[in-house]
Amino acid sequence: MEHGAFGDQSNATFSLTEEDHTLANAVRCTLNQDPRVTFCGYSIPHPSDARVNIRVQTTGDPAREVLKDSCQELMLMCRHVRSTFAKAVDDFRTSEKVQAMKIDSKE
Amino acid sequence: MAEREETEKKKEAESFSIWDLPDVPQKLPPHIEFQRTRVQCNLDAPIHTENVMYSGAYASMGVDNSLQLDHFCNNFRVEVIRLTKDDMEFDLIGIDAAIANAFRRILIAELPTMAIEKVLIANNTSVIQDEVLAHRLGLIPIIVDPRLFEYMSENDTSNEKNTIVFKLHVLCERGGPRLTVKTNELKWLPNGSELPLETKPDSNPSSKPRTYTSFSSSQDLLPEFSNNPIRPMLDITIARLGPGQEIELEAHAVKGIGKTHAKWSPVATAWYRMLPEIVLLEDVEDEDAEKLVKTCPVNVFDIEDIGSGKKRATVARPRACTLCRECLRCGEEWEKRVSIRRVKDHFIFTIESTGALSPETLFTEAVKILEDKCERVITELS
Repeated sequence: MEHGAFGDQSNATFSLTEEDHTLANAVRCTLNQDPRVTFCGYSIPHPSDARVNIRVQTTGDPAREVLKDSCQELMLMCRHVRSTFAKAVDDFRTSEKVQAMKIDSKE
Repeated sequence: MAEREETEKKKEAESFSIWDLPDVPQKLPPHIEFQRTRVQCNLDAPIHTENVMYSGAYASMGVDNSLQLDHFCNNFRVEVIRLTKDDMEFDLIGIDAAIANAFRRILIAELPTMAIEKVLIANNTSVIQDEVLAHRLGLIPIIVDPRLFEYMSENDTSNEKNTIVFKLHVLCERGGPRLTVKTNELKWLPNGSELPLETKPDSNPSSKPRTYTSFSSSQDLLPEFSNNPIRPMLDITIARLGPGQEIELEAHAVKGIGKTHAKWSPVATAWYRMLPEIVLLEDVEDEDAEKLVKTCPVNVFDIEDIGSGKKRATVARPRACTLCRECLRCGEEWEKRVSIRRVKDHFIFTIESTGALSPETLFTEAVKILEDKCERVITELS
């Protein structure tokens, strides 16, 4: 849900339901690092409602597009994290096996 | 004419500056770089704790602080320190605190597991009250992959795809010793519930009596369970019975997430800390060095000999530092000699699993859930 002025697409508040600090802080972090953004922040109106308001103000681009791009970047970062993690676990497992074999061969 | 061309070329050569190149990583002065990347832990409180994320934060110096995905992909590293069946410790280097915290929150509250939700008690003559017994049964971890099951909403009937049924029937004999009821006594019923529902007497007497669950096929026909029965975590005490006391009940387990109730949390706990960095600002020698090494409770410092009988303190194991700040309280003016810092983008994650899923699977699933959340937002916005 987007609340913004009719004519001005660059400043808007997005109200997301069923979300909390988990997603909102991560999205705010990637939004902040986008050079098109002049202001961004999030607030939780009441802790008992699962609702988050994300405010985005940009230098001219429509706020909706900027938010979508940030979410897309966050998704790509997550994918990269997953693949790097899987590789690190595999490397650790193979290095453990090599060490175990070395100990066996020494004995 | 040739002269003008030459001067034009010279002007172009002069007006071209290194700021114009699109992705040259600019350098900040060292004290600003320190503020940006390290938390300084002073004796009373830490400073520089905020993350400077705004893309234009250093615009006045001509440094671009914005996030470049390639920069992240090149600098991000994962190092696994310890990996066992139940817990793991690994380092995430180059990631922001907000995203590390998002992973931690998802690990604790939003990964699904199976846990006992409904308990049908046929007989309970023990000293443990019904509700206390049911509460304890709910907290028992169930060793099964929750991805093989579906969520059950209020309108659904219990079937083999969303429920696991356990039975517990224990009797302590009169004249015998006291009995400790452990989770080993919980028997898995792959065919569903055995307690019959009360049906009207005029219904067909030869048909199978309806029970509290409607399993259309047996769960142990599934390949995952055929040689590998579903069981709860073993050796957890449920109750203690005196002579003549009996417990007979049936427990139904369903899928849920930790947000609804902590029994559905798949981790015993998951936490992270930032990598400590200890720097000796001045040389600490001889008696002071001995004093420093003795004060640290986790042996971060070590003595090295630098010849001619003189000793010097060095930092041997900064990773073990627990931030107790005893080295700063060693004596007067020690704050000027030892600097305790934390690296802002290096997180030491520890995940302890309860047993249902292995810790590396838990982390991978948590990252997938964050991706799904982002996708949901993107589709809502489109």
